[in-house]
Amino acid sequence: MSIVLENVSYTYMPKTPYCREALRDINLIIEPGEFIGIIGHTGSGKSTLVQHLNGLLRPTMGVVKVDGNDLQAKASEKKRVRQRVGMVFQYPEHQLFEETIFDDVAFGPRNLGLEADEVAQRVESALERVGLPVSEYGSRSPFRLSGGQMRRVAIAGVIALQPEYLVLDEPSAGLDPRGRDEIFEQIMQLYHGTGMAVVLVTHNMEDVARMAKRLLVMNRGQIEFDGRPTDLFHDTKIQLHEFGLSLPYMTSLLRTLRSRGLDVDDALLEASDVAASIQSALQKKRIPQC
Amino acid sequence: MLTDIMLGQYFPGNSFVHKLDPRSKILFTLIFISSIFMATNYTGYMVLGAFLCLLILNAGIPVLIVLRSIKPLWIILVLTAGIHMFMTPGIPLVSAGPLSITEEGLRQGIQMAARLVFLILMSSLLTFTTSPIALTDAIERLLSPLKRVKVPVHELAMMMTIALRFVPTLLEETDRIMKAQMARGADFSSGNLLKRGKNMVPLLVPLFISAFRRADDLATAMEARCYRGGEHRTRMKELKWSYRDVGAGVCIGLLVTILGWLRWG
Repeated sequence: MSIVLENVSYTYMPKTPYCREALRDINLIIEPGEFIGIIGHTGSGKSTLVQHLNGLLRPTMGVVKVDGNDLQAKASEKKRVRQRVGMVFQYPEHQLFEETIFDDVAFGPRNLGLEADEVAQRVESALERVGLPVSEYGSRSPFRLSGGQMRRVAIAGVIALQPEYLVLDEPSAGLDPRGRDEIFEQIMQLYHGTGMAVVLVTHNMEDVARMAKRLLVMNRGQIEFDGRPTDLFHDTKIQLHEFGLSLPYMTSLLRTLRSRGLDVDDALLEASDVAASIQSALQKKRIPQC
Repeated sequence: MLTDIMLGQYFPGNSFVHKLDPRSKILFTLIFISSIFMATNYTGYMVLGAFLCLLILNAGIPVLIVLRSIKPLWIILVLTAGIHMFMTPGIPLVSAGPLSITEEGLRQGIQMAARLVFLILMSSLLTFTTSPIALTDAIERLLSPLKRVKVPVHELAMMMTIALRFVPTLLEETDRIMKAQMARGADFSSGNLLKRGKNMVPLLVPLFISAFRRADDLATAMEARCYRGGEHRTRMKELKWSYRDVGAGVCIGLLVTILGWLRWG
């Protein structure tokens, strides 16, 4: 089953001088097992959008359906939906509160009313997935970890719910390049290992260009593009800089090389592929000269 | 959710009332409030009411929102009016057993309630039309004579300003942590009092941690900029008396004169 948004609009603080329209007439379907990147400039409405996916925000207009159930109609449905759609907020390490890492990760499963054995088993596997084995870290305080580790504990706290969809809002914000790579690597492993759908929100094109199978570009509360990343980068009609975004570094490098007369494939995104393509293009160019 | 709460209920605007110097607004509000007690007959209350209506209309704040500010105090209003109605001796109008409403009681009840309503409306008008920062600034200036007797007025005002500055930030933070915990199945809205209190722990612990972190960061930032309070500080926005404040002063003086004349004249 899938998450369906129909004509969703959302306005912050309606009917006051501070009212602000954050989403305008959004239509979107998210299927299980997808890897979606949502990208947009600050204030484009991407965080507001993802908070609709598990009923944390109610649309001002429109309908959100998870597995065919209208979130607005049934309040009882919300808790079940929140278990199925896991949500990792920006700076998730700020939500840690328990004395030990084990207890903090166990908070979600315990709220689901699971047996102690089941809770322990879920905590163990969730911590394992983020690379913090429970035997070593379980009894430590979460507040004595490094920033990146705290974030991984917080992510484990959501994974322990065993959701079908995992929404991550700027999971790499404020991390150093190494911490960022680690987080993304774990997200990829999680995606391949569990088959859960991943929705990744970011304003950094580099993050999603390589990983996401489907990309949503948001601007001023609307979805401007919905499709494969390579299509977005090839579509010269879409002026990304108008949305406050830029092409991935690799794409702009290859495009520049192409415009200077080097025959390279500008659809590549992985650094190693790009290097190979440039090399072979250079060799091709050299042969007739010899 | 939480962020939908109006902050300090300030309504930005461009009216005459908005543009008054915050110091004069505080002073005139105090004068108005004391002049309420000069009114003893219905004419006096009418004059006060008309003056207040003019102010509200000029400020351009939706009447419903202004009236909403009475809501939290309605119990006190009903109680005051009721006690005056039943407890004032005089000619009984209606009586049921030992209780009776007298003519004097009715009049006094209505007048007392009207006084309270005027008082509430005037002070909320002040907060509706003045930003919290401007208010603290004005309070600092008005209290500055107390510096002579070693009251740390500037420091107190600075503390108030910082506290006000962080109200929206902490509200936003609360909202985010609440949502994050709700996404993990936390429930903040059901159960008995004890259970609800216990359910607040996942919200309060992170909130306190973040408040302390912010306080620490702010202290470091102020230290790094060599902040020293008190003497020789200049301001970005100087408060200035203008012809508007003179005009408002004349108006309020006129009001007091009329009320005085109605009472003693």
